[in-house]
Amino acid sequence: MVRTVDRRPGSLRSPAGSPPPTLSQRGARWIRRHRLAPYLLVLPSIAVIGALVLWPAVQIGLFSFQDYGLPQLAGAAPTQWVGFGNYSQILHDSEFWLSLRLSVISAAIMVPLTLVTGTLVGLLLARLGRKMAAFVSSVAVLAWATPAVSASVIFVWLATPDGGVVDWFLTKLPSWLGGGAHWAGFNWTNAALPAYTLITVLVVWTSFPFIAVSVLAGLRTIPAELHESARVDGAGGWRIFWRVSYPLLKPIFLVLLLLSIIWDFGVFTQVYITIGELGSRDEYNLGIYEYSKAFTQPPAYGMASALAFVLTIILLIITVGYVRASVRQGALH
Amino acid sequence: MTTTQLTAPAVRRAAARRRRLWTRRARRAGLNLLGLLVALVTLFPIFWMVSTAFKPSTEIYSLTPHPLPTHPTLANFRTVIDGSVIGLPYWNFLRNSLFVTLTAVVASSLLALLAAIAVARFRFRFRTTYLIMLLIVQMLPQQALVIALYIDFRSLSLLDSLVGLILVYTAFAVPVTIWMLRNFVAAVPREMEEAAAIDGAGPVRVFWRILLPLVAPGLVATSVFAFVFAYNEFIFALTFLNVDTAKFTLPLYVQYFYGRNGANWGAIMAASTLFTIPVMAFFFLVQRRLRAGLVAGAVKA
Repeated sequence: MVRTVDRRPGSLRSPAGSPPPTLSQRGARWIRRHRLAPYLLVLPSIAVIGALVLWPAVQIGLFSFQDYGLPQLAGAAPTQWVGFGNYSQILHDSEFWLSLRLSVISAAIMVPLTLVTGTLVGLLLARLGRKMAAFVSSVAVLAWATPAVSASVIFVWLATPDGGVVDWFLTKLPSWLGGGAHWAGFNWTNAALPAYTLITVLVVWTSFPFIAVSVLAGLRTIPAELHESARVDGAGGWRIFWRVSYPLLKPIFLVLLLLSIIWDFGVFTQVYITIGELGSRDEYNLGIYEYSKAFTQPPAYGMASALAFVLTIILLIITVGYVRASVRQGALH
Repeated sequence: MTTTQLTAPAVRRAAARRRRLWTRRARRAGLNLLGLLVALVTLFPIFWMVSTAFKPSTEIYSLTPHPLPTHPTLANFRTVIDGSVIGLPYWNFLRNSLFVTLTAVVASSLLALLAAIAVARFRFRFRTTYLIMLLIVQMLPQQALVIALYIDFRSLSLLDSLVGLILVYTAFAVPVTIWMLRNFVAAVPREMEEAAAIDGAGPVRVFWRILLPLVAPGLVATSVFAFVFAYNEFIFALTFLNVDTAKFTLPLYVQYFYGRNGANWGAIMAASTLFTIPVMAFFFLVQRRLRAGLVAGAVKA
């Protein structure tokens, strides 16, 4: 906003004979002379992000080296530093390893499923007629817009043992497709494997539209002649994708892959609702386990912070890759 | 093969053309069918939510589920709107949600617009650092930060307060909003601002008369993300709003409703429908812009 003036200082200067500059005019000049405008413009956002995102992140790091519980929260006991105590406790905590394993395995299944589904739908959208493509992508965006809480409640209802449509459908399915009467009343939420199967379908359902729309946008940037000449040379759809589209869209796929890993590894709301709040400990993933340490009685904020720190570090390692991929794509210009 | 070799070249070409036309039509029909299938499968959960919300309980628990309610009823919606669970009507929670969301959207858009101008129009020291900070901040897990924020807000008496939620939602919506908005600011031709400045317009006037009207569509597109984030947000609401149920926002209300009303799926789906429909309607209205924003923000990012 100040830029234009910044480049032509003469334009603001009051003409000869006009009254002396007011205070605000003098202030504007001072800002211009010292090139302060950009710093003043980013200052409010830095203050808000710093106070409410960055400082809490630092605090997590500090708390993780403390024994921080109810007495410290109430101010009844002094800060108690325990060094790496919380971390060494985590390393010997079988529940931590179980929850980490669940997070890793579920992300390892969700991410490729989301990417493959999204890419296939994106490729389909690119080949559909204009109207049909608009219709399908509108519907897909609806799925993406569905709030996580609603989506989770809907999927739990779909898969509920009595009255749920999933179990009914599976009993009607022919046995060679794995259907049969044994699905009647099957409970999807009381054990880790079925619960995370349900959560995986739910996560894929909510996140494939974003991938599809992004892939479609990428495909539209590829000149049509490239595809045509590949076709003339006798290449089929599979070959064209791997030899033409994929190499050209590789940077986009890399970003989508990293984003999906970050999102799916940190999935919280869907798990919290599907497993029935914090009830069943064998269905905790890392995020839920950490949360339960802090917000079930008696709270262990120090321990929870150590777990939160581990979770954050894992995500930051992937974020570094994401930032590098983004920078290479020229995101900072 | 032999017959084609025997026919005249013209006839052969005509037959080949017809065959190509047919395969093209068949392929197009197949693709459309596939597209329709994808749309139906994707739409099914949403359809089922709405359909269940209108079913009487006898139909909800029938052994063979029917896609549409045979005797549609509004009883489930009445349960939700009367507020038989928390003792407060749905409108109370809608009001909370809209208040928190709209305030956070306006605040974050304002902060983001200033920062976006800085990033798009100026080269300054730490610009790259600032941009990378924005990228990283978006990836920090909320379920981790919520611990420290809970402790901080407790000492600031911001728990069980909508103001606390507004602060957090603003802070978490700002980075992504800046990230997308800067493309819209950069797209405004600099010459227009320069021309206005030559005509004697001051920086404030240039902002109001030139930049803001031209960035406004971008502001709408990016504010959708802030809106959806704040309207749907669950973890912070779950943690900060504990005691005072009257302060609940809609996602928390739906989850609480589901937790308390264990098996009353009709009412739960009605609550969920009433929570979901506004955000979907909003999405539908701004869809086209939104897709542009999505692409500008994420893929080019």
